[in-house]
Amino acid sequence: MIRFDHVSFRYATAEIPTLRDVELEIPDGELVLVIGRTGAGKSTLLRAINGLAPHFTGGTLTGRVSVDGRDTRHNPPRELADVVGYVGQNPLSGFVTDSVEEELAYAMESLGLDPAVMRQRVEETLDLLGLSSLRDRPLVELSSGQQQRVAIGSVLTAGPRVLVLDEPTSALDPPAAEEVLAALTRLVHDLGLTVVLAEHRLERVVQYADRVLQVLPGGAVVDDLPASAMARAPVAPPVVELGRLAGWRPLPLSVRDARRAATSLKERLAGVAAPSPSVGRVGAVVARTRDLVVRYDDVVALAGVDLEVAAGEVVALMGRNGAGKSTLLASLVGLLTPTRGQIAVDGKQPHRLASTQIVRLVGLVPQEPADLFCAESVAEELTADGHGDTARRLLARLAPDVEPATHPRDLSEGQRLAVALALVLAAAPPLLLLDEPTRGLDYPAKSRLVEVLREYARTGTAIVIATHDVELAADVATRTVVLADGEVVADGRTADVVTASPAFAPQVAKILHPLPWLTVSQVRRGLEASAL
Amino acid sequence: MTRPLHPGAWWAWALLLATAATRTTNPLLLGLALGVASFVVAGRRTPRGGRAFGFFVRLGAFVLAIRLVFETLFGSPLPGHVLVRLPSVPLPSALAGLRIGGAVTAESLVSAGYGGLQLATLLICLGAANSLASPRRLLRSLPGALYELGVAVTVAMSFAPQLVLAGSRVRRARRLRGKSTSGLRGWVGSALPVLQDGLESSIDLAAAMDSRGFGRRGPSSRTRARAASSALLIGMLAVAAAMYGLLAAGSPALIGLPLLLGGSGIAAAAVLLGGHGVVRTKYRPDAWGAPEWLVVAAGLAAVLGMIGAGRVAPGSLHTGAYPIVAPALPWPAVVGLAMALLPAFLSTKRPASSRRIETGELIGAAR
Repeated sequence: MIRFDHVSFRYATAEIPTLRDVELEIPDGELVLVIGRTGAGKSTLLRAINGLAPHFTGGTLTGRVSVDGRDTRHNPPRELADVVGYVGQNPLSGFVTDSVEEELAYAMESLGLDPAVMRQRVEETLDLLGLSSLRDRPLVELSSGQQQRVAIGSVLTAGPRVLVLDEPTSALDPPAAEEVLAALTRLVHDLGLTVVLAEHRLERVVQYADRVLQVLPGGAVVDDLPASAMARAPVAPPVVELGRLAGWRPLPLSVRDARRAATSLKERLAGVAAPSPSVGRVGAVVARTRDLVVRYDDVVALAGVDLEVAAGEVVALMGRNGAGKSTLLASLVGLLTPTRGQIAVDGKQPHRLASTQIVRLVGLVPQEPADLFCAESVAEELTADGHGDTARRLLARLAPDVEPATHPRDLSEGQRLAVALALVLAAAPPLLLLDEPTRGLDYPAKSRLVEVLREYARTGTAIVIATHDVELAADVATRTVVLADGEVVADGRTADVVTASPAFAPQVAKILHPLPWLTVSQVRRGLEASAL
Repeated sequence: MTRPLHPGAWWAWALLLATAATRTTNPLLLGLALGVASFVVAGRRTPRGGRAFGFFVRLGAFVLAIRLVFETLFGSPLPGHVLVRLPSVPLPSALAGLRIGGAVTAESLVSAGYGGLQLATLLICLGAANSLASPRRLLRSLPGALYELGVAVTVAMSFAPQLVLAGSRVRRARRLRGKSTSGLRGWVGSALPVLQDGLESSIDLAAAMDSRGFGRRGPSSRTRARAASSALLIGMLAVAAAMYGLLAAGSPALIGLPLLLGGSGIAAAAVLLGGHGVVRTKYRPDAWGAPEWLVVAAGLAAVLGMIGAGRVAPGSLHTGAYPIVAPALPWPAVVGLAMALLPAFLSTKRPASSRRIETGELIGAAR
C-alpha cells in the first residue's frame, strides 16, 4: 500500500537530512506505530506519506514515495485526499467549519462527491466513531477526545485506504485516549484500513500495533515487529520493562498478557513488604485553599476546593479534561481571582500580589510552554530573568542537546518544556506548578524530568503536577488528588488513590493487582530485597 | 415544517427591515421595528444566536448613548426649552462652528435621540440577521465561483476569536515571568508571540485543508478559471463606476444606467462560467422554497409600508423636534411592520431536540 524507495529528505535550512535512505513497504490493513526520540523526524516521515513533505513543508525529497501506486512527486496532498487521510497534532487548529456534521462533509465536498453518497457516508462515519449524538454540536465545545474523533472522521469520509495520525492520544486523558484507540482498532479490523501513527505514549498503543517503525537520530528507519522492537528498545513502557525484569518470554505488550504471565512474580512479591510510601519529609504548609470557588460566566470551574500542599510534597492533580485542574493551578498563581473562598500561598493571597512578587513565590509551567518565551534565542531567554547561570545549568541537565542560538519557537515540544522548566525553576519558587508537563516527551526526557523534580522536592519545594500521565504520577507523586466537575473526589497517598480507580491505575498496578506495587523500579527493589 | 429556513431568507428579511428603518426617524415606528426584530429573534433564533443578538443590542444602546452625550457637549443647540446650562469653553473665532458646553435644550436632545435610535435600530436588525442564521451558513450558500472567497472569509472569522484567546493566554504567561502586561512595552512584547501563534495555527489549518482536498484541480481548465475571475473583476469595476455615476450629482444618468446593467451582466456571467467547472459539491444544501419567499415578502412589506406611509401622510415618517410634537402613527407603515412579524408565526419552531427513540421504548410502546 505504501512504498518508500530509497527516500531521503532534507529541510531547506537544515544541514543534515531528517530521513536518510528509507526503504519501506507497508502492506494493506496494518496498524503501524512510528516511534523515535523527540524531533527525530517522525512527523516528517508521516508527512511524506501524503506528500505534505515536500509539497507543503518545502525541502528536498529524493527517492520515491508511492501510495496505492500513486507517486507523491506528481500528486500533491490535495490530489491524494481520496487515498490518504492525514490528521495533524492539534485537531482543533485543522477544523475548517464549525459543526461536527459539516466538518465531516468538508473533504467530500472538496472531492465533489454526489450529495446522496455524502449523506450516507456522514451517517456511517457518525456511527462508526460514536459521534451521532454530537452531530449538531459546535466543534469548539467538544472535549479533546471528541475533537480527535471528529478529526479522524473528517478525513475518513473521503474514503481513504490509509490513515496517518500524528500523536493522536498525547493530549488526552486516559479514558478519552481509550475511546480514540478503540475507534482506530475498529477501523483496522472492520474496514481493513492501513493506519500509520506516531506516538510517544507507547504504553497506550504498542499493544495494538502490527509493526513498529523506529526513526533513529541519523534519519534511518528500522522496521520491526513490536515484541522484538520493545525487547531492544533502551526505554520502553512499564509493561515491557516489567516483562524484561521478570524475564517473561514472549515479551508481553499488553496488560492482559502480562497479567497472565505474572502469577509467579506475584507469589514472589506477596512475601515481600509492600513498598513504603514514597512520602519524603513533609514540611510546613506552603499553599492552602479553603472552599475555593471559581466561575467563568455561567460555568463553575471549581466548586469549593479545600487543598493543602506542604513543602517537600509532590502532588499529582488528575481528572478528566475540563475537570478544573488548570483552573486550580491558575488560581494558585494568582491569574484568576476566586469567586468565593480563600487562597493563601506562603500566607499571601496570590491574586493581590504584583507579578514581580508572584514570580518569587510560585512558578507555573503552562500547558503551552512556548507562551513563556519572549526573547529571540534560547541564550537570551535564559538570561532574561537574571538567574542565567542556574537556568543554563538546569537546561544542560534537562535537555543537553539544545543549541543556545536557536530561536525558542524552533524547538521541539520536549525542548520547549525543558527551557520553560529551567526558566521557572531558576527563580527557586517555594511552590512549583506544572500543567501537563509530559505531553510530547519521550521516555528519556521524562526520566530526566522526574529526577529533577525529585531533587527539588527533597530540598523543600512543594510541587503540584496536573497530568493525565498515570505513569508519571505513580513515579514521582507522593500524593494524588482527583478532581471531577470542580470538586475534589479523592485525595490521598498516590498508591491508594491510583489503584482504587481503573482509569488512573498505572500498568504495573494493573498487572500486579491487588498487590500495591506501582512502578517497575519499586518491583526491582522489592525483588532485590527478597533475594537477600 | 421542521427544516431550518434558508439563511439567505433570514438575511434578506433582516436587511429589508433595516432598509425600512433607514426611511424613518419616527420613534414610534422605530420602536415597532425593534419590537418586530426582537420578537422574531426570540422565537426563531439559532441555539447560539442569542449571544450575537445581545451583543448588537448593547452596541445599539451604546451608539444611542454616545450620540446623546456628544449632542450635550458639542452639538449646536436648537433654540427652545433650556434644560441645563453647562459651563462653556470659549473658542477662538476661527472655530466659529464649534462649541463646547453651553445651553442644552430639550429640542436638540430629542432630535439627537431620534437620529441615534435610527442607527441603533439598523445595528439591531443586523444583529437579528446574525442570530437568525449564522453568517457561516450564509457563506455556504455562495455560488461555486465565489467559493474561495467564502472560505477566506470563514477562516478569517474563526481566526479573530483564536487570536483573542491566544492573546489572553500569552499575557497571562508574561505575568508568570514577572513581566508587565500593560503599557506599550507590554503590548509589543505580547504581540509577537500572539502573531507567531496565529501563524502556526494558520499553517496547521492550511495543511489540514490541503490534505483534505481543498483546491483540487478538477476537469476545469486553468485558463477558464482565470477568464472567469477577470470577467468578475471587470464586471464589478463597471458596477462601481455606474454607482458613482448614478449617485454623484451632476453626472448624467444616461451613462450610469447602461454601465450598471452591462457590469452586472458580465459579473453574473463570470459567476456562471466559474461555477460550471467547479469540482466540489455541496453537502445538504439549504433549500429555497415557498416559506423562504414568504419570509422575504414579509421583509418587503415593511419597506413598502414605509414608502406607502410617505405617500399617504407626507412628513409622518420624520417627526420634527422643533417644536417637539407627538409622533404620528401612519397606518401603512404599521401594517407593513405588522406583516414583517409573519416569520415568527409562519413556520413552527425547530424541533427542540432530536431525541433518539431507543429500542426498549419501541417495545414498551408496542405492549
